[in-house]
Amino acid sequence: MSEEVVKLNNVWVQYDGTPVLEDISLSIRKDDFLGLIGPNGGGKTTLLKLMLGLITPSRGEVTILGESPQKGRKHIGYVPQHSLFDRDFPINVMEVVLTGRLNHTRPFNWYSKVDRKAALEALESVDMLELKNRQIGMLSGGQQQRVFVARALVGEPKLLLLDEPMSNVDAPMQAEFYELLERLKQRMPIVLVSHDISAVSVYVSKIACLNRKLYYHESKELTPEDLEAAYQCPIQMIAHGVPHRVLKEHTHE
Amino acid sequence: MIDAILHYPFMQRALIAGLLAAVACGIIGTYVVVKRMVFISGGISHASFGGIGLGYYLSQYISWVTPVYGALVFTLFSALGMGLIVRRTRLSEDTVIGIMWAVGMAIGIVFIGLTPGYTPDLFSYLFGSILTVSISDLIMMAVLDAIIIALVLMLYKEFLAISFDQEFGTALGLPTQRLYLILLCLIALTVVLLIRVVGIILIIALLTIPPATARQHTHNLKNMMLLSIAFGMVAVLGGLWLSYELDLRSGATIILLSAVIFAASTLFTRLRHRKRNSLETPAD
Repeated sequence: MSEEVVKLNNVWVQYDGTPVLEDISLSIRKDDFLGLIGPNGGGKTTLLKLMLGLITPSRGEVTILGESPQKGRKHIGYVPQHSLFDRDFPINVMEVVLTGRLNHTRPFNWYSKVDRKAALEALESVDMLELKNRQIGMLSGGQQQRVFVARALVGEPKLLLLDEPMSNVDAPMQAEFYELLERLKQRMPIVLVSHDISAVSVYVSKIACLNRKLYYHESKELTPEDLEAAYQCPIQMIAHGVPHRVLKEHTHE
Repeated sequence: MIDAILHYPFMQRALIAGLLAAVACGIIGTYVVVKRMVFISGGISHASFGGIGLGYYLSQYISWVTPVYGALVFTLFSALGMGLIVRRTRLSEDTVIGIMWAVGMAIGIVFIGLTPGYTPDLFSYLFGSILTVSISDLIMMAVLDAIIIALVLMLYKEFLAISFDQEFGTALGLPTQRLYLILLCLIALTVVLLIRVVGIILIIALLTIPPATARQHTHNLKNMMLLSIAFGMVAVLGGLWLSYELDLRSGATIILLSAVIFAASTLFTRLRHRKRNSLETPAD
């Protein structure tokens, strides 16, 4: 078994007394590429925020590389769900990527040469070096998403979390984006949150399904019972890249 | 006007006050515009009237207290108060700001009413009176400018990060809440600095119009600050000159001139875009 990067131990999260996550136990290892699927409002983003230490569990424990999330999050590269930023905002690609170094720099100082070098390397690794002086709003959705990945990579993370990265990417660009993730997974474990099961299942090495409870078997397999429990309806899914129907048509009685 | 500047010290002081004001509103106004804090800035500036009233009232008892010192302390506290209440409660932001805006002004009116005697320069705090700026006003403005410049130089990359994407800043572990409150305090300092120049009611115009004009010409935050300082200076100097030549109220003239510059800049930007578009799309 390879090194454990994230560990959740019987974690519960409640908002105003309503449980959002129930008894979640999960471990993410060094060579995992985990696809996290589930219906909207199922708690996918909440789970990521737990790992980032932005939410404290009401019960249970979260550790990142053996440390608390507040300490461990400097090792996490985070690509938030497409933020509705102002397309006119006066900032260029390089400056956006540099903000990902802020947990490596000290306040009252400007970015160092090391920071700039790291930013250029991060842009290189997502093939966006040529557009480094372009204003962020001038880029296409797919290009912006690459910049946000570079911003996550620039802090030299040991874990990459992506929240619905495809929501603003045109279909033809999605395959290219998955290829980028394919390359990145050689370097670090990745958690990819998505509601698009079929697209995700082709690329990831493991799948978990979340709807308040987590359905996960440390593999790429989900049982029909899991999916039915999570989505409360039949699902057409793809396993090992071969499409086949795993559930019977829903029959109303 | 050159003659007047050479002859009258009050004109020299007005000129320096205008330039000092343009620096602060160019820098802080840029954040106000890109981070969309126009309404909260309006609230902070109007609430400062409470401090003016309090300063008036207290000046009967404590000799060194002036309305402007009252405004300085009161405005800093009301900015922090607005920021904290907006973030910590479930009240919607515009409701909180609307309440504090009016409460601040009401406090000012009550205290001025409680102060015996005639309050001759009340009008000048509401509408500005750049021609009556004193040396001590200038010193205070210069000090506030220096504080603003120093803090923005120190926290430039942090302010840029939270302005662009606050959520990502939080995920990085930045103290986004504290940074936001510092930014609100800088707005408060700018408001106090601008009270004598354009007056409480018109401050919001000088915090928004020059940066909005600058934004049409650059995609870089630093350049946007420098450009809006330049547009602010042109508006203040030009407005001062117009008001001197035409015998108009200076504060309002400065605002109207900056609005004219904004309109001209918008027109210019539109025409340039149209020209570029027509060059790019070949005719049939």
